[in-house]
Amino acid sequence: MAQTFDVNLDEYKYGFNVPENYAFKARKGLDEDIVKEISWMKKEPEWMTEFRLRGYRHFLERPMPQWGGRGQLNTINFDEIYYYIKPTDSDRAFTSWDDVPEDIKNTFDRLGIPEAEQKFLAGVGAQYESEVIYHSILEDLENKGVLFLDMDAALREHPDIVKEYFSMVVPPEDNKFAALNTAVWSGGSFIYVPPGVHVDLPLQAYFRINAQNMGQFERTLIIVDEGAYVHYVEGCTAPTYSTDSLHSAVVEIIVKEGGRCRYSTIQNWSHNVYNLVTKRAQAYKNATMEWVDGNLGSKLTMKYPSVYLMEEGAHGEVLSIAFAGKGQQQDAGGKIIHVAPNTSSIITSKSISKGGGRTTYRGLIKVAPGAVNSKSNVVCDALILDEDSASDTFPYIEIEEDEVSIGHEASVSKVSEEQLFYLMSRGISEDQAANMIVSGFIEPIVKELPMEYALEMNRLIEMEMEGSVG
Amino acid sequence: MTSSLSIKNLRVSVEDKLILKDLSLEVKVGEIHAIMGPNGSGKSTMAYALAGHPKYEVEGGEVWMDGVNLLELAPDERARMGLFLAFQYPNAIPGISMANFLRTALNSVKGEANGDRKKGIPIVEFRKLLTAKMDLLGIDKSFARRYLNEGFSGGEKKRAEVLQMALLEPKFAILDETDSGLDIDALRVVSEGVNSLTGPERGFIIITHYQRILNYIKPDFVHVMYDGQIIESGGLDLAERLEEKGYDYLAKEKETG
Repeated sequence: MAQTFDVNLDEYKYGFNVPENYAFKARKGLDEDIVKEISWMKKEPEWMTEFRLRGYRHFLERPMPQWGGRGQLNTINFDEIYYYIKPTDSDRAFTSWDDVPEDIKNTFDRLGIPEAEQKFLAGVGAQYESEVIYHSILEDLENKGVLFLDMDAALREHPDIVKEYFSMVVPPEDNKFAALNTAVWSGGSFIYVPPGVHVDLPLQAYFRINAQNMGQFERTLIIVDEGAYVHYVEGCTAPTYSTDSLHSAVVEIIVKEGGRCRYSTIQNWSHNVYNLVTKRAQAYKNATMEWVDGNLGSKLTMKYPSVYLMEEGAHGEVLSIAFAGKGQQQDAGGKIIHVAPNTSSIITSKSISKGGGRTTYRGLIKVAPGAVNSKSNVVCDALILDEDSASDTFPYIEIEEDEVSIGHEASVSKVSEEQLFYLMSRGISEDQAANMIVSGFIEPIVKELPMEYALEMNRLIEMEMEGSVG
Repeated sequence: MTSSLSIKNLRVSVEDKLILKDLSLEVKVGEIHAIMGPNGSGKSTMAYALAGHPKYEVEGGEVWMDGVNLLELAPDERARMGLFLAFQYPNAIPGISMANFLRTALNSVKGEANGDRKKGIPIVEFRKLLTAKMDLLGIDKSFARRYLNEGFSGGEKKRAEVLQMALLEPKFAILDETDSGLDIDALRVVSEGVNSLTGPERGFIIITHYQRILNYIKPDFVHVMYDGQIIESGGLDLAERLEEKGYDYLAKEKETG
């Protein structure tokens, strides 16, 4: 295998990279020509090209947000980023791993994707740099009318649906990074689940950055029709480099009457990736939207999965876990907007900081006028493992209606000497004791994950915890 | 040679205040020692210092167990040597089930002896063992699924401590006021549990404020601790005398000679 390893990896085991043998790599930096070139290469309809340019212009005009990341956003050098890399000649994702170029296939093998696909998934998308290079779905689901494609394929094959829903939930002008994504988006998933169809096994997408100074901008659109259900899982990793990479995705979800969508993320980028993602869902009558958002990697993550409760009886949930180690900032949380009466929501956030890492819970509960009998409960707990680490909480609440019930609890705790001593007095080593306390702390969220991911999450936390005490 | 826990002239301070002033005590396996004394006499300080709590500063003295100076070991190493402390106020660890915790502890303590610490006891075997011990102590099966000490009543916490002791089978066990806060029924159950673990292979130090636990657990020796030292040792009759006359009387008797 032609693989090179970065020797400076400590516990991050996904930091390897493979040589670049790419079909096309846009020059560094961003201007209108690059935006047009991406659209031209993808043979997109004109409206999409225009849409991209609209996003690009807004990206230029929009000032950098100054409210998060403690100034670190200002250090991103947008001229040093590669905005588009097409890894293979093929214009379509392969449907057999045998067709995927060996370097890339080996990478996904090492990440365990084909194995997971065999064992417990209903479909898989694998994105490498800017393009989805592999895609599959169980035949049985295809026969039921479930669409699971990469976003570029969806635009080619189902242009009308894409045109109808694209940017409906997150407009290009929403924020600076949503605008950037609109300009240079490539890859991502498109899912449509027809009325009443229950997708029993999860669909998974995996996003891999390989090149140095790469910018990855996938775009995902999920439509869950009436009474349907889907669980979508995404994972992501990148090599460890001394220079920064940028990941800026947009995810839009629409859950129609009585439908339910669960979206689980295990974000494990290497510690040189800026992860600035906009995720938003609309839930209609009696629909349920659940975000399970695990953030372990990256240099700086700013991500607040949101649910707009559009019609009566809609329910939204955000379960957020963040782990910030040395040099990391996890600025995460969730937003729920109660637009209609009798809607309910829960935000549960658990964050852990160690070795100088910093976690921030940032959340919003908003109740619009007329959304009577809205119920919301927010619980955010932070665990701080040492003196060098820190945690902040910014729980915004905007209530414009009287008849509502809103609860909020926040706690910050340290791994106590007493707890450690208690476990150690039973023969358990200090490292393992700290590990147990941390895994107990996040257990309420981890138990919501499918078993395979719960095990993965515990294993990742264990790896991050190695040598954390004493 | 019989195994023994030997405390020699132990001096311990907490937050710069000297609490244990000069404590000496020898406990052999097969023996039950009761330590009685008023609040603040240093009983719990002794328990924590023996188990190795980092807040308890050893200023002088030695503690030997099977030829090893315990004071040089970390708390987990002491536990793996066969020392056990039943806490007066055990900590809660949310999110960790009793079963998970007990299995981890058992593997830590026993695994080393079996030379197979990595793999540990197979789950099926562990479940059998746990069920047997829980039956012995009259503990409901659902206990194993609950989070460690979280939301436990006072009696449940004490029972959980005895259950841990029953599983880990230490050579020397220190019970720190295990009787406090228990009603008569709970006290009887806990005492029966302790009694089922006594035998020639195990030594006990039972720390108590009141004489009543000694109605259930019969010590071979009774020691009175006062102001950081053992001021008198004797048999069960000493406990009865204390019950009658009180600690202050005994202390005064000592002072005046």
